[in-house]
Formats: sequence, structure tokens, C-alpha cells
Amino acid sequence: MAKHETPLLDQLESGPWPSFVSDLKCQAEKRAKNEEGIEFQIPVDVVEDLLGILELSYKHGRTHWKHGGIVGVFGYGGGVIGRYCDQPKNFPGVEAFHTMRVNQPAGKYYKTDYLRTLCDLWDFRGSGVTNMHGSTGDIILLGTTTKQLEEIFWTMTHDMNQDLGGSGSNLRTPSDCLGESRCEYSCYDTNALVHFLTNEYQDELHRPAFPYKFKFKLDGCPNCCVASIARSDMSFIGTWKDDIRIDQDAVNKYVENDPAYPANAGAHKGSKDWGPFDLEKEVLGLCPTKCMKFENKKLFIDNANCTRCMHCINVMPRALKIGKETGCSILCGAKAPILDGAQMGSLLVPFIEVNPDNDYEAITEVIENIWDWWMEEGKNRERLGELIMRQGFQKLLEVTGIDPMPQHVAYPRTNPYIFWKEDEVPGGWERDVDEYRKHHQR
Amino acid sequence: MSDLLDNKEAATQAVVEWLNKKAKTKSKFYIKDFYKIFPDDKPRMIKKVVNKMVEDGILEFWSSGSTTMYGLKGGGIQHSSEGEN
Repeated sequence: MAKHETPLLDQLESGPWPSFVSDLKCQAEKRAKNEEGIEFQIPVDVVEDLLGILELSYKHGRTHWKHGGIVGVFGYGGGVIGRYCDQPKNFPGVEAFHTMRVNQPAGKYYKTDYLRTLCDLWDFRGSGVTNMHGSTGDIILLGTTTKQLEEIFWTMTHDMNQDLGGSGSNLRTPSDCLGESRCEYSCYDTNALVHFLTNEYQDELHRPAFPYKFKFKLDGCPNCCVASIARSDMSFIGTWKDDIRIDQDAVNKYVENDPAYPANAGAHKGSKDWGPFDLEKEVLGLCPTKCMKFENKKLFIDNANCTRCMHCINVMPRALKIGKETGCSILCGAKAPILDGAQMGSLLVPFIEVNPDNDYEAITEVIENIWDWWMEEGKNRERLGELIMRQGFQKLLEVTGIDPMPQHVAYPRTNPYIFWKEDEVPGGWERDVDEYRKHHQR
Repeated sequence: MSDLLDNKEAATQAVVEWLNKKAKTKSKFYIKDFYKIFPDDKPRMIKKVVNKMVEDGILEFWSSGSTTMYGLKGGGIQHSSEGEN
């Protein structure tokens, strides 16, 4: 029988979706039975008490968790988030219920024996409850006591070659899509870059240096599967400089409704009968810049006007391919809506080379210029996006040494005045009055 | 790097004195607060020195999960109390 009655949580299980309550009950039962004979290092009924305190929070309509604290592992300012409950007498199993963030590998590639070892460790020294994965991309281990933290960290770093992730005012664990390892659309090797950034910026990941959190997210192409444009302070989105590659024969196979050439690689097959493929309606008519036409069985793309939305490539992947001259765009300043509402990233660098041979120096230069500015000028708990709003995008261009260009303009200006700086005007503010009078009378 | 930041003992003393002076009203500080102690230095250098003080057990981190602050080790409110002693 369950340790605590949980009628309100039980009701949650009646919905049509998989329930975290059912999962927790299953885990509570597993710990109680302990068929594997694990020598649990934290209370065996930790999950029972977790369910109990959650039920109480629903009943009271207020939280019984306190977050934050001094807990951590030696030398690290992140990776552990202290959690305590304010009902330790009733729920001693969750008196301390700290979270650990584990740095996921690039592309989230694991071997099964790695996952087993990690889960065994967490059953032994934690609650066994995990979150695969958190919003930052980390593997989240939910619920352990302060005493276990160093032990877990030691095992991870010594036996599993595994580090903790970022939390607090640190660089957060960089996160990416599968990239070239699995995806033909990828314009650069996201896994290699995320691995490089993780190693290069170890100090920033583990030792707090910033006014607030800072996130890198990497997408291999403009499909943006990681949604880096909306979720990271600095977003790296794959793109190309040259033309979309067209296989005209394959285009015609799509037009002829050849069954070996299904639209969207057959992704929408089976949901309903979408009728025969219609190039005009499904591709040309949906192109956001109307830069395509199909005449005399030939597809033309005005690449200068293409915004790399990926739609045509997604619909006809056997006919259209990304260009060959690939790299990435950098966007800055996305954030969630704590201040001023949610914000998407603003385009800072339309195209930058992604070159592992020179340690991605073009990219690290942009990153470090931005950090220097934000560390100097950012207010406490101010995200990069808020600093850009406060001091202006122009200031961001100045600190990164990037010249303004049309791609930076979201919409034409509505204000006729331009405020020039002295160094932007030939001759500055000083002028030779005698020279002026040669041409203009008093 | 300024002479003050470069001299480990003097830098530590300056930080500890500053924190003790503030102790009556505040016990946890943002990294930016330390810039005032070393006005001639770059944030990156200050952060390195301050983090070393954590490693040496003079300071300690306090983290809410989203923000990290620094305080004198053992000073101020610890997790188990909420200002009610």
C-alpha cells in the first residue's frame, strides 16, 4: 500500500496521455521491492515522499519546495541545483532533493551500457528519477542528498568520463541537433562544433562569470529542429552562400507523381489522402519570396532572393539540395518572457565559416567580443537580449566590429532622423570656417 | 591586471573586508559587485580571482538554479533558515 494517499494525483492518471504520476508510482514500488538488492544511499521511500509532497502542494495550492542553496561539488559553480522541502517532518525522504545536471554528449548519442551505468549509479545514490532531457539538453538527475553529490561526481568523472552541465550564471551546456551525423540538410558538423565549444569554454561552464545564464544552441540547417532561434542567447543556424542544387529529372518525377518520389519524403503519407502532388500549389505558391518558377519542365530558382526557408527542399528532398558553400548564421538575444516578453534571436552574422582547422576562430571571436561587452555592461540578471534592447543593436555591431548590412534590418526605419557619431562623419564636428565662407556668404 | 588583483593576499583581504563591511545588510553578492573592489580590472580577470577564493574556501557559491551569487563561507542565510534565525 502506498505510504501517502494521493487522490488528486490519481486523478491525473485518468487522462489520455502517459502520466508522470504512474511513472513515479512504478519507481516507488520498484524501490520498495528492491529485487536487485541495491544498497540505497538515500531513503528508500524518497519517491513515496515525493508523491506525498506533490499531493500536499495540490491540496494547498502552493509549493512546499525551496529552491537554491550552497550545495555543489568542489570547484564548480554549477551543475547542482539545491532543492529542499519545507515539510521535512512529514516527508523526510525529500528533506533534501537536489537536482544534478549531466552534460549530454553532442547530438545526444549514447551507448546503452553508458545509460545503464548512469541509471545504476542514480538508483544507488539518488532517487532513480530522471528527466531525459531538460530544456538545456542535459540529462537531469532528480533528487539526491548533499552527502551524495561528491560521490556521484567522483564516479562520473573517474569511471564514466562524464562531466556535469551548466546552471546558474554560467554558460549552459551547449546543445545541438544531430547534424551531419544523420541529416543530409545539415550545413555544418554541429556535433563537432558543440564538442569544441564545450571544451573550449569549460571555465565559463563551471565557474560563474556572467550576469545571468547564457545559452548556445546549434542547428545544422534553417529547419531549426533545436529551435535555437527562440531558445538561445547565441544561435548558430546552418546556411549556404551559393545556389540550391537542382536535379531537374527528379523535379519532373515529383511533378509526374512517381511513387518513388513522394512529397516530403513520404512523411505525410498515411494520415489522409492528400491527393496528387501539385508543384504549383505545394511548392511555388508557398515560397515566401516567390523566387521560383517552373517552365518547360524546368525549375528555376532566383537564388539571390531565396531566404533559405527550406520549404522547397523539405518537400522535394530528392530533387533539391542545399548549396555546396556552407557555413552558419549567428543570431543573438533570444529569451523567455521574464522581462519585456519573449524574444527571438536577431541576425548578427548572415554567414560565417565553420572551420575546425583553425579552431573555429571566426566564431570564437564573435562569442568573446559579445561576452566582454555583456560582462562589462550587463546588469545583474540581464540576458543578452535585454542588453541589446537597452543599448541598441547598433552597440552590438560596434562591440563585435561588424558593419551594418541590409540583412540586419527587420523593417524600414520610421524615424527620419539619423544620429551620427563624430567619427562617422568625414572631418568630425570641426570645420574650417574660412573654407566654408569661400562657398557660402554670411 | 592591477597590482591589487595580482597580489593574492591583498586581493583576498580587500574582498573579505568589503564583504564584512556589507555583512549587516547583505550576505550574497553578484559577480558584478566585485567589480567595484577592482575598478581597474577586466571582468574576466576578477572572475578568475574570485573563483579561486571559492576554491580556497574563503568564499562560497549560492545558486538559485538560474543565478549564482558569492558570499563569505558560512556567512549569512543558509538553506535551513529563512532569516528567522
